[in-house]
Amino acid sequence: MKPRTLASAIAAAALAAQPMLAQSATISDGVVKLGVLTDMSGTYSDLAGPGAVEATRMAIEDFIANEKPDFKIEMVSADHQNKADISANKAREWIDTQKVDAIVDLVTTSTALAVMKVANEKNRISLVTGAGSTPITNEQCNDTTVHWAYDTYSLPVGTAKAVVQQGGKNWYFITADYAFGHSLEKNTADVVKKSGGKVLGSVRHPFPGSDFSSFLLSAQASGAQVIGLANAGNDTINSIKQAREFGITPKQSLAGLLMFISDVHSLGLDATAGMYLTTGFYWDRDDETRAWSKRYFDKMKRMPTMVQAGDYSVVYHYLKAVKSAGTDEAKAVMAKMRETPVNDFFAKNGQVRADGRMVHDMYLAQVKKPSESKYPWDYYHIRQVIPGAEAFIPPAESTCPLMKK
Amino acid sequence: MDIFGIPIQALMGQLLIGLINGSFYAILSLGLAIIFGLLNIINFSHGALYMMGAFGAWIGLTYLGINYWVALVAVPVVVGIFGMIIERTMLKHLYRLDHLYGLLLTFGLALIIEGLFRYRFGISGESYPVPELLSGGFNLGFMFLPKYRAWVIAVSLVVCFGSWYIIERTKLGSYLRAGTENPQLLQAFGINVPLMITLTYGFGVALAAFAGVLAAPVFQVNPVMGSNLIIVVFAVVVIGGMGSIMGSIVTGLGLGLVEGLTRVFYPEASAVVIFVIMGIVLLLRPAGLFGRER
Repeated sequence: MKPRTLASAIAAAALAAQPMLAQSATISDGVVKLGVLTDMSGTYSDLAGPGAVEATRMAIEDFIANEKPDFKIEMVSADHQNKADISANKAREWIDTQKVDAIVDLVTTSTALAVMKVANEKNRISLVTGAGSTPITNEQCNDTTVHWAYDTYSLPVGTAKAVVQQGGKNWYFITADYAFGHSLEKNTADVVKKSGGKVLGSVRHPFPGSDFSSFLLSAQASGAQVIGLANAGNDTINSIKQAREFGITPKQSLAGLLMFISDVHSLGLDATAGMYLTTGFYWDRDDETRAWSKRYFDKMKRMPTMVQAGDYSVVYHYLKAVKSAGTDEAKAVMAKMRETPVNDFFAKNGQVRADGRMVHDMYLAQVKKPSESKYPWDYYHIRQVIPGAEAFIPPAESTCPLMKK
Repeated sequence: MDIFGIPIQALMGQLLIGLINGSFYAILSLGLAIIFGLLNIINFSHGALYMMGAFGAWIGLTYLGINYWVALVAVPVVVGIFGMIIERTMLKHLYRLDHLYGLLLTFGLALIIEGLFRYRFGISGESYPVPELLSGGFNLGFMFLPKYRAWVIAVSLVVCFGSWYIIERTKLGSYLRAGTENPQLLQAFGINVPLMITLTYGFGVALAAFAGVLAAPVFQVNPVMGSNLIIVVFAVVVIGGMGSIMGSIVTGLGLGLVEGLTRVFYPEASAVVIFVIMGIVLLLRPAGLFGRER
């Protein structure tokens, strides 16, 4: 069976490349199938998880209603438990036995990298929104992956630059002691130094932690004006909570380097007021974002994070590309995705580069004081729009071979 | 003045923080020690019950308007009763079997309880405010000590040594200790041993929930807060000597201090230092520092 399937796949691919052929004939088995692979119950389930599944479902429903495609669209979802091996196996199973065409969300870098590789081997597309590390579009990039909402390069650019410009020149880092934390610290420190600031030191805490008071005391003793939190999720939440308890804030200010609106929501504005953070999406930015987010809220009872909004945006863009390419063959769809600018509530004139990076504006947000927040989820002032060209790794610095072509 | 290149102020601050964490370790390991001493059950659901205590406080405040002080008494009682139901319906069937069965059952329970909370409340958890009376702090010169943390040290010392006194120095305590040695003989003297066992388990569980309420204003209240802590607490119990009451209290506080010092000199190792000590203690004194060989 296998060689024959392979042969027919190659044949289908060859046919797909013929533009004059009737379109619906080249959608494999008449169905485009999306697999949402995410963390359904672990650390990242609030920022991706069930919300990612719902956002994908909304994108599919809206696409069918608006674009009236002549192919069927289906969706499956699974919990990857943030484990690379589970993700790779699930991706393989989906592609081989369930004919999944594209895999969405992929929160945590290790799972994204594992799935990207499997999907690329089997000529399927990975739509990465949840994971953030830059290797996805650099040393480990491939031609069947897009990276949508944010990355660890784009986050510190906005936050660190703005904070230094506002006079926060001396920095101290509290860093999660693993690859992600180290790279976030390094990226941020580079921006701080480039903007004229100084790094006084850093302390690395075991991951995951729960008591951060010792590390906060070290940060306090350093006398730095700004304490950069190069960690994520519950580690960030507990650091912020305890900084307030020990009277560190507001004397010294905190900069969350990877923070989602779900973190701010669970900490409350008392603990987070005044913090700067960078985000790819804020629900209350304009009429379009509000309209979509309210629909999402009606289903999930929470406002979307940038990952969940990104899931909708990328899935819709993918389906549009399938429709206009007239095939679900990965390379042809990727070409369409790169050709077509992204214009929706998530991004304006977004562009998918050869390395898979979707370049779009990022937003520097400052968390509101409790007195400034007028209604539920009214959490951010958008202080600055960071143009896509500044927010993401410049093509010249990219280490992705696809960019050099 | 510096000690090994660290200013003495910074060192004092870190030691004090170590003592605060040690207080949590002490209350939790005390509960485990009491349960192991009398029931011979390695209570792996202790972390989940601690988490239930913290969530109990949050639920009470958010939905029922119960303040911190009431929660500090009411939540341990409620969770303690929940524990007694577990003991009556499940654990009591396991006493004659190997330790391993109790461990597996309580571990399974912990996973189920955590899963349910995760399903209902999500993973990011909820924030519990510091009670009005204890907000703010003292400036000790070398550090800013939040009033709430000072309260944690004080109240846990009282609770720990109070429990120690009851068990080691009162008549009720003597029954408990007798039950540990020889339950059949104690029953022959007309003591209702099964009831005593149920109440003891309930008390151990209530201690876990008490620690949970104490922790609620300090840590983010989330479904996995217990599983992050429980392994360390087990190490504390092993180092102190399984079932030794005084051992668990002293070791809990002591290891908090050791951990605090590690965070000054080599923060990366602060998560493993307790396990290194556990390894050394097991090699040199397999029954633990305060345990007796049986």
